[in-house]
Parts: sequence; structure tokens; C-alpha cells
Amino acid sequence: MPDSGIGAAVRRKEDFRFLTGKGNYVDDIDRPNQSYAYILRSPHAHAALGKIDTGKAKAAPGVLAVFTGEDIKVGSLPCGWVVKFKDGSPQHEPPHPVLAQGKVRHVGDPVAVVIADSKAQAKDAAELIEVEYKPLPAAIDMNAATKQGAALVHDAVPNNVCYDWAIGDQAQIDAIIAKAAHVTKIDIVNNRLIANAMEPRAAIAEYDRGTGEHTLWTTSQNPHAIRLLMGAFVLQMPEHKLRVISPDVGGGFGSKIFLYAEECILVWASSQVNRPIKWTAERGESFMSDAQGRDHVTHAELALDKDGKFLAFKVSTLANLGAYLSTFAPAVPTYLYATLLAGTYTTPAIYAEVKAVFTNTVPVDAYRGAGRPEACYVIERIVSKAAQELKIDPAELRRRNFIAKDAYPYQTPVALAYDSGDYFTTLDMALKSADYAGFAKRREEAAKRGKLRGIGICSYIEACGVAPSAVAGALGARAGLYEMAEVRVHPTGSITMFTGTHSHGQGHETTFAQVISDRLGVPIEQIDVVHGDTAKSAFGMGTYGSRSLPVGGSALVKALDKIVDKGKKIAAHLMEASEADIEFKNGAFTVAGTDKSTPFGAVAFTAYVPHNFPHETLEPGLDETAYYDPKNFTFPSGTHIAEVEIDRDTGDVALVNLTAADDFGTIVNPMIVEGQVHGGLAQGVGQALLENAVYDARSGQLVTGSLMDYCMPRADNFPSFSVGTHATKCMHNPLGVKGCGEAGAIGAPAAVMNAVIDALGAVGIHDLTMPATSEKVWRAINGRQAA
Amino acid sequence: MYDFKYQKASSVADAAKVIGGDSEAKLVAGGMTLIPTLKQRLAKPTQLVDLGGIAELKGIKKDGNAIVIGAMTKHVDVANSPEVKSAIPALADLAAHIGDPAVRNRGTIGGSISNNDPAADYPSAVMALNATIVTNKRKIAADDFFKGMFETALGADEIVTAVSFPIPEKAAYMKFPNPASRYAIVGTFVAKTGGNVRVGVTGAGPVVFRWKDAEAALGKSWNADALKSLSVKADGLNSDIHASSEYRAHLVGVMARRAVAKAG
Ligand SMILES: Cc1cc2nc3c(=O)[nH]c(=O)nc-3n(C[C@H](O)[C@H](O)[C@H](O)COP(=O)(O)OP(=O)(O)OC[C@H]3O[C@@H](n4cnc5c(N)ncnc54)[C@H](O)[C@@H]3O)c2cc1C
Repeated sequence: MPDSGIGAAVRRKEDFRFLTGKGNYVDDIDRPNQSYAYILRSPHAHAALGKIDTGKAKAAPGVLAVFTGEDIKVGSLPCGWVVKFKDGSPQHEPPHPVLAQGKVRHVGDPVAVVIADSKAQAKDAAELIEVEYKPLPAAIDMNAATKQGAALVHDAVPNNVCYDWAIGDQAQIDAIIAKAAHVTKIDIVNNRLIANAMEPRAAIAEYDRGTGEHTLWTTSQNPHAIRLLMGAFVLQMPEHKLRVISPDVGGGFGSKIFLYAEECILVWASSQVNRPIKWTAERGESFMSDAQGRDHVTHAELALDKDGKFLAFKVSTLANLGAYLSTFAPAVPTYLYATLLAGTYTTPAIYAEVKAVFTNTVPVDAYRGAGRPEACYVIERIVSKAAQELKIDPAELRRRNFIAKDAYPYQTPVALAYDSGDYFTTLDMALKSADYAGFAKRREEAAKRGKLRGIGICSYIEACGVAPSAVAGALGARAGLYEMAEVRVHPTGSITMFTGTHSHGQGHETTFAQVISDRLGVPIEQIDVVHGDTAKSAFGMGTYGSRSLPVGGSALVKALDKIVDKGKKIAAHLMEASEADIEFKNGAFTVAGTDKSTPFGAVAFTAYVPHNFPHETLEPGLDETAYYDPKNFTFPSGTHIAEVEIDRDTGDVALVNLTAADDFGTIVNPMIVEGQVHGGLAQGVGQALLENAVYDARSGQLVTGSLMDYCMPRADNFPSFSVGTHATKCMHNPLGVKGCGEAGAIGAPAAVMNAVIDALGAVGIHDLTMPATSEKVWRAINGRQAA
Repeated sequence: MYDFKYQKASSVADAAKVIGGDSEAKLVAGGMTLIPTLKQRLAKPTQLVDLGGIAELKGIKKDGNAIVIGAMTKHVDVANSPEVKSAIPALADLAAHIGDPAVRNRGTIGGSISNNDPAADYPSAVMALNATIVTNKRKIAADDFFKGMFETALGADEIVTAVSFPIPEKAAYMKFPNPASRYAIVGTFVAKTGGNVRVGVTGAGPVVFRWKDAEAALGKSWNADALKSLSVKADGLNSDIHASSEYRAHLVGVMARRAVAKAG
């Protein structure tokens, strides 16, 4: 057997190409006779559009065409999910035009597109477009936006409320809270984030007049979904005439899931000008046009009995959607958030209400974790606060309320049923690895140096492997979220596998190859994984929500089952035995109870050289496709522990330790998993300490519109991480895998903030909002009001 | 970027002639500030005159009791220079903490002080060490050079050729960096040269300034505690999402005390 199977830390197959500069990203691609698009964007957060004079721009050198919303009369960008008001009426779904119609609604809203021979010419010409804007008061602050008299982002949406949704029984919860021995209350802000993938979004659209085919190269996490949404809803184009290719993509973190205006504009315009068109976002454009993440304001109350058992949890959240509904947006603060509010605990009664609000800001949608980091943050902050109020050790309070190891399947009060888990073991592992017992000493030592030291725990859970079609449908998804895999065995035994998931950093080309290698005994060098092309993979839902291995990997296992079944038929024919007697093990087919054996390669070869096949019962070829619709979500969980030191004079917070003990179920490649955890932790720490999207409250300008002001974490912001795993297998998928892509970003923020607040407890501070920037901490220590 | 002409000057006189004859021409040194400005179409020069080919503008030498650094010397070369490290280690330390490695490998001392960004590091050292700015026309004292935000005493066809730093007895720089850009939110450079104490503060105000109360106090007693009862007024200091003027005023004191302690 090759040592490249499940569990082996093999090096990533794709890294040779990436590390030698042979990656093929959208901007690396140039098509013959290519032209360039520049998108003119609104400088205003909210304005009525008057006349747009494109005359001078059209006459400028090199310009092929200039289009505005008047010209592009295509469908609205669709939204994939429906959420209902408490009274059952559907969410407001105002139109989302690809180029502004009548009004602009955020700084960066696309107003016109210039297509020219060169990028510079397109940009020069765009400066010649005269746009009449009549600036309107803007709705920026989410809370103010819901108040009477606030500016309306969409005239047809009263009070800017997209929906006001709830889950659970409010009266029941209120009654429990009223009688509880202790109630902990908390007000929380989950700061708005900007993903900032290393590679900005980019696209090339090409139209072939001869065949009527459109091809779009785009930086997407899910090319098939882009084709479906764009073809069916925006441009009315059948799938067989629209090919979407996502080649190498340099990071997505959610921001490249969604169907964007630029992709639609390019595909439409390329047939108008009859030339390929390329568009690559500048970093500044990414800031004002990539969907942003998080942005919740929450009040929560946790009722406990005298022993610290959780009795009821009540959560009220305002969620900012920005100016338009992005593809997944409504689901994030509801189905991916409120359904996780049980966390790792037995809390028997939960009520959550979520009011989603339109504002004149960039649309908000899924960002690494999507809803689950927000849920985890509310739970894990309030649990630590309750521990502090009740003077119970925060690890002990968690343990008292954890779902028991033998309680699975465990039905939570908020719709989800957890299939497996063991929160005790990961908590203990993390406590040990973080030397929790030795913390008091470290705190004393730090105090001698004038530093405030704190430790924070977060025992998270997440729902991954989105999503079982039945559950997704019941929850308001307009599609099911299954996955496809095709395993094509070539005559000499090498293999090409096609998946509908997409790798933009996750290492699928290695991980999926390992699963195949493990099952068929073929070395991974002989296996290629193909993704990101609607002309190659039959279908797929793409990569997000830590779904690729739990859902895509399960489809792969199903396809491999079919390959083995077919192989057995061929082997039976070759060895003149009954199919029922054929076994497949260690890369060979054998006849049970005999020494007869045929290697996998010989079976593959015979499949394509079927000289004497019984054609009635055995088809040539060895190529199988399977679709897998998951039975349930998967539930990765674990404990993260952070330790910080605060400089009392400056308020600077230094993260000194970060420990993660995670349960991801079966692990296919521990090295890749560790990398995913590191990246997630980095983003989680970024949210807790550094990152914050800030809009000017009046003008709606994005103040943090560049990397000079929006603070992305860098290597020197981190200590070395200590990471470990403990597996309880997923009970309902064949590999027992749970997914690992988002865990770090889900667990780290609460761990870090609990540590910051623990440190500040020494000076009487028990609350602070993210990010814990130095001035904020300094003000808290010195009892000063916010600046 | 708008279109412009590009030329590489062969001498300082050559460069001066071009910018003297064309008010829309611009000198380019490391380009770390100028090029992003051009890319964002915030400036539209007719031509760029590259100082990169002028040998006389590069290099570091000890000249009597001073370290003289050519205008086109990159931050990385100041940071690694044996002369600077032994004579004014605080200056090497400052250069080593400017921006990131890419910036330090392109950005120059001449570009930095000519640009006079209120958050740049070098101006604090120039002030505290009472350096002399040498141009193609004259020598300018530190106190006369930095005029206002992005404003200097340089004339239209004047080019910085070198900066001469007197060697101090003691000096240190403490910077509280902006977490995103890594420029200084506040940077305080303290120096004692020939018995004279000077304290240069960058990042805090619209332009680098000397903290004279601190200089007086340290002149009497070179000790961090000497600054304990002193504070800078927040009025008129910079204020942005990263730091309010009140916080900056506070940090000036903290960084000054730490710098004195570091200088020993
Ligand atoms: C990401 C980033 C981070 C940075 N962080 C820091 C930091 O932490 N601290 C810090 O101090 N700086 C920082 N900088 C600024 C950088 O260090 C350079 O000092 C600065 O860009 C100017 O130097 P330059 O050589 O690049 O000048 P250029 O960009 O080439 O020129 C800047 C200006 O000076 C003029 N000029 C250049 N040379 C001369 C001369 N000899 N005589 C007259 N005029 C001249 C030019 O015409 C232009 O107007 C940062 C820059 C970036 C991009």
C-alpha cells in the first residue's frame, strides 16, 4: 500500500506549482484580442442618480463601449435564501441591479462600466463620465437605521428591516428567566470584517459568436452555482452555453462564494463588444465591493440555577446586511447563527430573535464561519461572564453544562441534532496543553513586570458540511447542498477525479487523492483532482462551510464504491470466478479462499480493452459518478485557550499563548488540518484584536478603506500556536469526517476576548468590545469615556 | 497612473535643472510614497526625475563628530551600517523599524524627510539629534526644516543631498506603531549631545516637534522619573480611528520615559 492514504501527512501536491510560480490565477490568463473593463463606482453612500453623460468617455482613445444601468437591462442579482418575519411573511427582497438604477446605495456601488483596449484607457475614460448625483441622507448606524425617520436604503422596505425573525418560545423563556437564581446579561458587538483574500476578485468573459458560447473565468469558490445563478436569474442563458471556470484562486474565506455584479456585467458586455473582457479588482475596490462579514449587535441573557446549570438563554440580535441582499446573506444571522446557540451545552430552553437591517454600506454575507463565530462569541462570552459573576472556575462551569458523552444523538432546542462529540476531552487537552493550572503563577510574575495577564477559554461547536437538502430546504434555502464526484480510471490505472467543490487554498488536490489512494491502493502521484470548471465536473455546490470533505469526500467514497463494484465484475470475468467471491483489498482483486489475484491496474486496463467481455452484462470503461446528499450537518467542536498580557501604560494587548484542541472527526491529512487551524486562528485573533471595518457615521465613507487603516494580522502578532486534535467520528458520513476550515475563526475570538477581560478584571473591568485595540483598553483601564 | 515622462538624472545639478524648469516635475527616490500616490491618481506630474543613478547621494560616512548619510541611502542600509550602529545605535534601531522589509529596501532617508509625513520616524531623530540637512543649495538646521504637514523648507529646485547627524552621548527612540500601517502613532526620540538634551516627537502632531518641557527636565536630571509629572497637551494633536489626540498626548509621555530608560 502506498503511504499516502488517510491519516498521512503527505506534502501538498499543488504546492510545487504554487511555489514555483506556475499557479494559474485569473489575472494570469490572457485571451486573444482581450479588452479591459473599468467599473465606475459611486463615491456617495446614498444618492439619487440624475443624468449620466457618457459622451466624452465613449469618444476617448481606445474605448470600445460604455454602459450604464440604462443599457444593461438584465435580471437582478438573486438571493439564495428566504427568511421569514415572526408573523410568517417573507423577507423583503429589494432588487439588486448589476449597475445602479435610479439610486446608489453604498460607496462603491457600480454605476457604469468602460471597456477599452487597455486598462489605463478604460480608467482614463471613466474620469470623463459625468454623473449627476443628488446626495441623500444615509443610513449608516444599524440601530439608528431602524428608527422612525431614518433614511430608507430601499423605499419599499419600511424601517430598513429586511426581516424580524425568531426561533423558540419567548414566553416560556421569559418565565424561566424571571424565576432563575441567577441571570447574567451581556451586550455584545460582533465587529464588521473585510476578508481581504490575498488575490483580489478578477474575471474574464469571452463570447464565441460561432457557437454562441460564453466562457467566464472568475475567482469563485463555486463555479457551478455562479453559472446557475447568473444563467437562470440574471442573464437568461442556458447552462450548455455558459461555461464558468475558477482556476487557481488565492483565498476566498467566503467572500468569493457570491455572484457579483462584475461577473454578470462582463459576460453580458463581452457579447456586446464581441471581444474578451478582463477585469481585476484593485485592492481599494476589494474593500468597497467584496461582501463583508459579521456586524452584529446583540443583547443576551443566560439564566442559571444556584449550582450554575444553564436554564434558559435569550438572545436578541441586530444584524447588518449592508445595502443589498448578497447571495447567502439572510441565512447567515439566522439559520447559521441562532441554530447554534445551544453551543456545547444542555441549555434546555433557547429563544433568539434577529432583526436584519439594510444600511448604506457594502453588503454583508458569509465570512469564514458565517454565523457560527457570532453564535460562539455570544455563548462563550456570556458563559465566562457568568463564571466570573458566580465565582466558579470558567472551565468548571463549562464542564457542568456540557452535553454528556453518551447523550448522542442530542437534539438541541434550536433545530439541530448533534450526532457525536466529546467536549470534556478536548477541554482537558486544552487545559493541559495551555498549563491552565500554572496560570496563577504566570499572572503573578507578569504583575511584577507591571503587566496584566489574563486567560480565556472558549468551548465552541459549529455546524459544518452544509447542508442536508431536506434541512436546507426546510430552512428556506432555494437549493439543496449535496455534492458530486466522478472517478475516471484511465486504461493504465492512473486516475482523474472530478469534484464540484473548489480548492482555493484548502489542498483538495492532495486530500481527495489521499482518499482515493487509500481505497484503491494507487499512489497519489497517479491521481489528479480536477475542480473549478463547469465543463469538466458535472455539477457541484462549491466550497464553503467546511463542506468539501464531509460532503464532497462522501460523494467521492460513493463513487469509489461504484468503481470497486465495477472492478469486481471485471475481475470476476478475468479470473473466471463468481462476482460474489471477489474481494478487493490492498490494491488487488482476489478470489476468496484462493491465491488468485488481479491487481487494480490490470482490471483498469481490461475495462478499456474488453476483448471478450460478456457485453450483455458488462460494459467497458471504468468511470463512475456519484452524488451525495448529507443526512445531517457535521459538528466539529473543541476548546481554544488564549493568554494575553496587557501593557497598563499603553493598553497594548500581546497574545502570549494560543492553544487549540479540536475534534474534526477522522483526519485525512494532519499537516493540512494544522494549516487550516493556524489560518483560522489567525483570522480569529485578527477579529479580536485588530480588524474592524469603520464607516463614517454621517458620510458613509469607508474609513478603513485600505490596508494602511484596516489592520490585517501579521506573523509578529502571534505566538507559536499549540494545536492538537481528538477525534469522535461523524456518525453519518462514510469517512467519519467533520470539517476543519472554520474552527479557528470560530473559537479564537471568544478565547482571546475572555482572556483580555480576565486580565482587565484585576482593574475592575468586565466588558469590552472587539477589537481590543490599545486605546480602547487604555481608556477602560483609566475609566475614560470612549473617544 | 497618469502618463508622465521618466528620466534618470546623472547628477544633482542635472536633476535640479529639470525640476527648476518644470514646476510639475517630481523627484523620485525610493518611490515608496510617490508611486502609490501616482497609482491612485492623486498626483499628475509631467515628469519623474529618478535620483537612483546619482552615486554621490548614496552612502554613509563618519565626518568628524558627525555621521553623514547620503539622501539616497535606504533604510535597510542605515539599519545595518556598522558606522551608524556604533556611533548612533538609536538611529540604526529607528531605521530597522520603519514599515516592513520591502519598504526598508526601497525607501530612502532623503525621501522620508522631504516628504515629511507627520507619522514618519526619521524627523524625530533629525530634531532630537539636531541634524543638519544638506541640500544642493545650502545647509538647513533641523529646527528650520520641517514646516508643517508634508511641508518643508525646501525650495522648488532644491534637493536634499545628505543629512548630517552629530554623534550624541546618549540617545534612544521609542515608537508606538500604528498596528495597520506600522507608521508611528507616536515616536519619541531623546538625545543628549554635548550636554544638550533634545526630545523629538513624531506621529503625535501635524508635524514633528520638540518637547521642550521634557528637554528642560531631562537637562537637569537624565532620568525617566524626571518626566513623570510632565504631560503634553492634547489640543492640536492628531486624532483618527487609531488614536485620539488625548491618547497620543499620553503616549508621548510613555514613549519619552521608555526612551530615556532605554538610552540608559
Ligand atoms: C507600507 C509602508 C509603510 C511605511 N512605514 C513607514 C514607517 O513605519 N515609518 C516611516 O518613517 N516611513 C514609513 N513609510 C515611508 C517610507 O519609509 C519612505 O520613507 C517614504 O516612502 C519616502 O521615501 P522614498 O525614498 O520612498 O521617497 P519617494 O516616494 O520617492 O519620494 C517621496 C517625496 O519626496 C521627494 N523626494 C525624494 N527624494 C528627495 C530628495 N533627495 N530631495 C528632495 N525631495 C525628494 C519626492 O519628490 C516625493 O515628493 C512607509 C511606506 C509604506 C509604503
